[in-house]
Amino acid sequence: MVVYLVRRLAYGVLTVFGVMLLLFVLFFGVTNPDDIARKAVGERAMPEVYVQWKKNHGYDRPMFLNTEHGVFDGRRYSDTLLFEHFRRLLSFDFGRSDNGDEPIARRLREGAGPSLSLTLPLFVLGLVLGIGIALLAAFFRETYIDRAVLLVCVVTMSVAGLLFIIGGQFLVGLLLKWFPVSGFDPNATVIARFLALPVLIGLVMGFGPDVRLYRTVFLEEMNRDYVRTARAKGAGDARVMLAHVLRNALIPILTNVVMAIPFLFTGALLLESFFGIPGLGSLTVDALNGNDFAMLRTMVYLGALAFIAGQILTDVSYALADPRVRLS
Amino acid sequence: MSAPLLEIDRLAVSFRAERGRVHVVDRVQLALAAGETLALVGESGCGKSITALAIMRLVPRPGLIEAESRICFAGRDLLSLPVAEMRNVRGGKIGMIFQEPMTSLNPVTRVGAQVEEAIRLHAKVPAGEARRRTVELFQTVGIPDSGIRVDAYPHQLSGGLKQRVMIAMAMAMQPRLLICDEPTTALDATIRAQILELIRNMATTTGAAVLLITHDFGVVNAVADRVAVMYAGQIVEEGAREELLSRPRHPYTQGLLRSIPRPEARGNRLEEIKGVVPRPGQWPQACRFHPRCPHAFDRCRSETPARTVVSPTQAAWCHLVDEEARA
Repeated sequence: MVVYLVRRLAYGVLTVFGVMLLLFVLFFGVTNPDDIARKAVGERAMPEVYVQWKKNHGYDRPMFLNTEHGVFDGRRYSDTLLFEHFRRLLSFDFGRSDNGDEPIARRLREGAGPSLSLTLPLFVLGLVLGIGIALLAAFFRETYIDRAVLLVCVVTMSVAGLLFIIGGQFLVGLLLKWFPVSGFDPNATVIARFLALPVLIGLVMGFGPDVRLYRTVFLEEMNRDYVRTARAKGAGDARVMLAHVLRNALIPILTNVVMAIPFLFTGALLLESFFGIPGLGSLTVDALNGNDFAMLRTMVYLGALAFIAGQILTDVSYALADPRVRLS
Repeated sequence: MSAPLLEIDRLAVSFRAERGRVHVVDRVQLALAAGETLALVGESGCGKSITALAIMRLVPRPGLIEAESRICFAGRDLLSLPVAEMRNVRGGKIGMIFQEPMTSLNPVTRVGAQVEEAIRLHAKVPAGEARRRTVELFQTVGIPDSGIRVDAYPHQLSGGLKQRVMIAMAMAMQPRLLICDEPTTALDATIRAQILELIRNMATTTGAAVLLITHDFGVVNAVADRVAVMYAGQIVEEGAREELLSRPRHPYTQGLLRSIPRPEARGNRLEEIKGVVPRPGQWPQACRFHPRCPHAFDRCRSETPARTVVSPTQAAWCHLVDEEARA
């Protein structure tokens, strides 16, 4: 187990290096620092402003090798975009944003809270609701209950997410006036009022694929021999479904669920930006719209880290949930 | 003679098919006395496993036990029992073990816990007591190091040990009837005799009756008191073991017994029953065996045979036997 973990982490580090290299190609090769600076200061800015902006943001370094100050000076030698890129990402020192010139670390700190306050309830409620409804549908398979659940799944999956957001804001926010249309206030007494609608709409948007997947997994488990054994020893429906079927179905479900956990921190792009929640999701959208390459680079990097962490977590949780799995 | 422990009458099980319903078990009649071991023999697909599952009311969907069926166990009609009481019967009064010990145990739960579950579903005992009884049961069914093995997961045990766990689970509440559905088919030949011996011993010491489903006459010979032969969803012959094995009356039983390889017939071509087993839903009219029967005559094609008693302990559903008995 420990050996496996160490190896998995080593692979993870390798992958992170690959990601950083790819990011460098994307952010310094495909879009080069000149373009970034040009976009930041505007097409008609004075050349001095442009040069000064590049200098302030560290974009004035040479790409790969710094030979300006003589070949024998090691420190100067590595004073380049490539080294700086790796150094910053590896040490989580993301520098300042291209847009607004704020420390990125502060933006991340401030955005994580609002993001989590949206994604965490969404994740927990979605999981409980999804598993509960899928269990019911599987238990009542091929009855009108099952069919109704499947119908709702297919309908919600077929309708574009944006429609739910805008429709929900219109119906619940504007017409019924139950909750604010959008906005955010971290104050504990009112935060729920602002989160209710986005969480609800997030649930509706995520409902279909999850319930369908879980239902399939449950149905598969319900046909297994050990379920028949459980019934033959006198276990009732609830016990069969919860103690036997759910426990076994947990293993495939885990892949789906654990993978999502690290992404709770990176926020929800669509929901946050439409509901004006100042989390990391809307930060990313703002960075996209505002050509904030430093910010974007950071978010893509964190997303990749979340993905790698999710994979390792999934493997470990597999081993914890299934005694047959030996990590080696 | 007092009322039998288990009495099955007109048992019919059908599955919904594209057109109408297909019967896989059709008017099966069986009786089992307390403490008796009855072997239910037949080829795969003849409905013997479904018959066993019907007793437990565990016929898988979309199978349906037809309304005219009657299954009477210890004086109670199982088919009209409320669900909660049926749960008490399952595992409490009737234990069941299955063909595949590999897949019949829950793979993510320790085997001891699975047996404890069987106990605690029927007896209000504290966890420690259930565990103590489980270790004891493991000893009884011959699992070495039972105190350690209770904490093993199924994949850590061999097929034979898993089947022993299944037996421990089925016998945990000392049921009056033990249903064994091909208990040794999936096991190595060397383990088979041990498991059969164990089933027989457990039944003898607790006084349980055994309904043993098999297609193997070696198994029948080893443990059965009586034998019932099934073909195409129906019982075709039943009788005391020795009588039926030495003097089979139904041509199907005769064919089955002739097709067993024997050392003294070495070198000769093995006899077989001509034709193939008909699939459910495509069963012939009248006597279902007549297209494959070497002795079939007109009556076999036009009239369903009734039960013909050939001795106090043997009966066959066959026109030929009927005509001989009349003559």
